[in-house]
Amino acid sequence: MASSAFNTGGSLPRRQFINRVMGALLCLSAAVALTPLLLVIGFILANGISGINLDLLTKLPKPVGELGGGMGNAFLGTAILIALASLFGVPIGVLAGIYLSEFGNTGFARILRFLTDVLTGVPSIIIGIVAYTLVVVPTHSFSAVAGGVALAIIMIPVVTRTTEEALRRVPNALREASLGLGVHEWKTMMYIVLPAGLGGIVTGVMLAIARISGETAPLLFTAFGSRFWQDGLGNPIAAVPLQVYKYALAPYKDWHDQAWAAAFILMMLILILNVGVRVVTRSGFQKIR
Amino acid sequence: MDITLTTLQAVAVEEREETVTRVSKGLVVEKLGAYYGNFLAVADVDMTIRPNKVTAIIGPSGCGKSTFIRCLNRLHEVVRDARVVGKVMLDDEDLYDPRMDPVAVRRSIGMVFQRPNPFPTMSIYDNVASGLRLNGVRNRGLIAEKVELSLRQAALWDEVKDKLKKPALALSGGQQQRLCIARTIAVDPSVVLMDEPCSALDPISTLKIEDLIAELKQELTIVIVTHNMQQAARVSDYTAFFLGNEKVGAGELIEYGPTRAIFTNPADPRTENYITGRFG
Ligand SMILES: Nc1ncnc2c1ncn2[C@@H]1O[C@H](COP(=O)(O)OP(=O)(O)O)[C@@H](O)[C@H]1O
Ligand SMILES: [Mg+2]
Repeated sequence: MASSAFNTGGSLPRRQFINRVMGALLCLSAAVALTPLLLVIGFILANGISGINLDLLTKLPKPVGELGGGMGNAFLGTAILIALASLFGVPIGVLAGIYLSEFGNTGFARILRFLTDVLTGVPSIIIGIVAYTLVVVPTHSFSAVAGGVALAIIMIPVVTRTTEEALRRVPNALREASLGLGVHEWKTMMYIVLPAGLGGIVTGVMLAIARISGETAPLLFTAFGSRFWQDGLGNPIAAVPLQVYKYALAPYKDWHDQAWAAAFILMMLILILNVGVRVVTRSGFQKIR
Repeated sequence: MDITLTTLQAVAVEEREETVTRVSKGLVVEKLGAYYGNFLAVADVDMTIRPNKVTAIIGPSGCGKSTFIRCLNRLHEVVRDARVVGKVMLDDEDLYDPRMDPVAVRRSIGMVFQRPNPFPTMSIYDNVASGLRLNGVRNRGLIAEKVELSLRQAALWDEVKDKLKKPALALSGGQQQRLCIARTIAVDPSVVLMDEPCSALDPISTLKIEDLIAELKQELTIVIVTHNMQQAARVSDYTAFFLGNEKVGAGELIEYGPTRAIFTNPADPRTENYITGRFG
């Protein structure tokens, strides 16, 4: 009687063996998946670390053939581009996310959600072309604004979907508590639901920023790049990925070194953003609980 | 055994000195039905809820008690595809009149939910102040006064007066529920609906809330859903017994009357079966 209660079929040693083999396989797969990431980080670290200096972050590029200089304008440019993209993209994305979470079952919402998902998968070079047509052609100029618009279009679907998710996770009980106090629906959204989902929304925005800060293709014919300090938002603007791209293609050793170093810094910034997201979400969840 | 016990308690409620410090409003429900999509959850309820009294709603799970009381403050209709038929009057105002603003209805008929649901991002003070602030009250002095008064009425003031700025979630479950009651009464409703307000709480917290209900009815009309027959007998003046229809499933009002009558001398055998713990 007692032994039959524990009999689950098959012999114990056999199952333990299979268990071990499967465990080892899983470990191996995880290692294989991780290898490229480690290789990238290791490679960039090895090549980039020596080129890092203050000049890289603060100085303008020197004319071809002259050693030294930096790409301070590119770092500033990337910061400006991210700010512009967030300025355009975050409000639109958050509002669209609110719409999807509140009216998610209407036909229009379904179409919107589908288009958002499609937009996430559109190659970024095509988004560059769209921004080119929308901004560069009418204004007759490559510009920071055009680059910002291109990056915003990439940001919007990410922010929209994370906002929707974050707001859906806010317990319905909070909405009802607020509505039950005789608070209007939009005020309930603004002052009760949105703050409760803020952690998730901030996460989405940070992930979106991490995503766009490395984008190169959509900037090629919108921001265009520049070798000077930025002069207004209507002119071409430098960006780190663009500069890295140009320097990497050029035949000069010192440019290659600068490209590695800039790539390293960019990668670190993105890494820090991602770690930041983890920290934010962890404290966010504690708040909810 | 059980019956005699609850009977004595019901009598005790009725003999308690009834002091009314503010005359509140009553509700008249006529031919009320509630749908989720095509599913009829509550059918054909007629009921008069008396002012400054506690009315208990009892009945088995799923018979539509929550749905019914959510119709009373027009919270039912915020559920997707949910709809209400029939009529609810608050004194002489028709709550489902097309010109009636549901937001205004919910302001005068507050609600306390099964699970304590304080606003997680707000402090204790801000939770109680939230209804006033979000309804546009700006006067800080007035808000502070109202917050203290409401917390006192909810028998929570002494426990929280030194930590008003602390997060509401730092309170115990029972305290959170009293905080939710304070938050509800801070906007001066005429009626407070409570949907199993003690079912997530320990016995001590439950007793505190029951005492609170007895206090609050001096100023308010209270409708309380409860699973707990002793609780219904202890706190309520009137009791309504709901039961799901065997064929269509819709919840129906089987019997309604003074709590003592319902518990000692129910007219319907189904009521008797339910309150004595014998089903069907
Ligand atoms: N949001 C909803 N959508 C569809 N059906 C629901 C919903 N909420 C409750 N119901 C159904 O309505 C009936 C009554 O539910 P409820 O009012 O919660 O009962 P009670 O509070 O008495 O336990 C149940 O059959 C339940 O399944
Ligand atoms: Mg219920």
